Amino acid sequence: MNPAGLHEQVRRAWAIAKKDIRLYYAKNSVLIFGILMPVFLFLAFFAGSSQLPLTFLLPGLVGVTLLFTATALSPAIYAWEGRHGTLERLVSCPVTIEAMVFGDMIASILFGIGITLITVFIALAFGLFPLHGIILVVSILLAACCFSAIGMLLAAPPTSEPSTPMTLSLLIKFPLIFISGIFVPLDQLPSWGLALSACSPLTYFTDLVRYSFTGEHYFPVIVDIIILALITLVFTAGTMYLHKRTMPQRM
Amino acid sequence: MTPVIHASDLTKVFGTSTAVDHVSFDVQEGEIFGFLGPNGAGKTTTTRMLNGVIPPDAGTAIILGHDIRSEPVLAKQGFGVVPETSNAYVDLTAWQNLMLMGELYGLARARAVERSSDLLGMLGLLEKKDQKVQAYSKGMKQRLILAMALIHEPELLFLDEPTSGLDVQSTHMILSLLRDLNQHGTTIFLTTHNMEEANQLCHRVGIIRAGKIVAIDAPEKLKTAIDRVHRIEVSFDQGVSGDALAELSGVTSAERTGDKWQITTQDKDATIRALVTFTEQHGTAIVTLNTLAPTLDEAFLLLTQGERP
Repeated sequence: MNPAGLHEQVRRAWAIAKKDIRLYYAKNSVLIFGILMPVFLFLAFFAGSSQLPLTFLLPGLVGVTLLFTATALSPAIYAWEGRHGTLERLVSCPVTIEAMVFGDMIASILFGIGITLITVFIALAFGLFPLHGIILVVSILLAACCFSAIGMLLAAPPTSEPSTPMTLSLLIKFPLIFISGIFVPLDQLPSWGLALSACSPLTYFTDLVRYSFTGEHYFPVIVDIIILALITLVFTAGTMYLHKRTMPQRM
Repeated sequence: MTPVIHASDLTKVFGTSTAVDHVSFDVQEGEIFGFLGPNGAGKTTTTRMLNGVIPPDAGTAIILGHDIRSEPVLAKQGFGVVPETSNAYVDLTAWQNLMLMGELYGLARARAVERSSDLLGMLGLLEKKDQKVQAYSKGMKQRLILAMALIHEPELLFLDEPTSGLDVQSTHMILSLLRDLNQHGTTIFLTTHNMEEANQLCHRVGIIRAGKIVAIDAPEKLKTAIDRVHRIEVSFDQGVSGDALAELSGVTSAERTGDKWQITTQDKDATIRALVTFTEQHGTAIVTLNTLAPTLDEAFLLLTQGERP
């Protein structure tokens, strides 16, 4: 066994993911919030946007749900663990920082996908069946990785106060909803709005989900996938680099 | 022989304060090394650098042949850490904590189960293995932390104040386990305030003051090194003359305290030999004879006095 080898580090990352799920994500309050949030979001979308058809709103709901659930807890996990001393235990174990971050990402990916499937079922319940199931699956997987990397990126500033990264997280997530084609179709946005929306990974995910359910899309599907993949790679590399730099400051 | 721990010029600066200042020492295989010092002397900072928790600003630490900075995973795989404050996951059970540690150290599931059962049994926690750690007493948490540090059978164990604030039962259990581990080859690096504990357990101790090592030696040598005048307490089966005792080889003074004589000498060995000859010549016998060496407490206080960071 080479403890520093990729295979071993991936195994240890999985151990961290299981720990996160057990400790943070599988709690009743988190699960209930995770389930209620998309339901209430759907009702708000449905009641507030009478001019927009369900076929437009439901893909947006899937996008928002995945963004919010995949980044729900991960920004604050290191702050919590730092406060309780358990982060020091993890750091003194033979696990690289990259494996720790990867483990935390796996947990948020699984939680995000699990809750997002509820919104997919809501869409199915309203008679909206996916036309391109494989694209839907690929886009959910890719976006879950992307949003999870964003969540971990928000966890990078070293603090032992969990509310700090959570506030930062909300400050970034809410504006994304308004510039990513959730409430307003991209072709109705002014040019500056379109420029902003091009910077949001949620735009490409929502575009892919909309294509999966209705066949309509703004960007070419391949462009959506490539950009989402590129953002995921850049954010994942960036978050691992930043955590390597900031981890000693948490100790 | 390659040392298990080789610290060379370890330095850590926090802002304008130098917490650890070019600290160097070696710990050999099979040793119990005590690391002593007053509060704020740099003990914990040094230990955390050795554990790879914080990076040194200068210097190197080679642990089990691996540089803790360039090969942290390989170094960490070989040691276990028991920090001063319990850092088990309190919302997990003892068993879940141990299984997590088993996975983080790359143990096969069956081996982790076997080791966890053995350790929990040895430390008196097996019956409460499925209870969440938040319900544990301080002593139970500390025993669990020790079990978590031992899950992978490390060659080297770092302990920071392992018995601080514990009840007698937990302290006794932990200390006897440490002795047993050491007898089976585990090297132990023990940070402690408890001089008696260090005196009883450690083969060598290092004393740190204001971020600098001021002494490294065996406890007995350290105690005698600080006091060049030794004291001998002796009693005889009949009265003897103080003047006669004062004239013995090496004796600088002899004072009567109750039925005993307190003799100060610069040469303990020569004085004891002279006392034996004295009793033969004067037809008397020694009833009790004790050498009164300074305690490790006294050595520690003398070596660390006056300077606080």
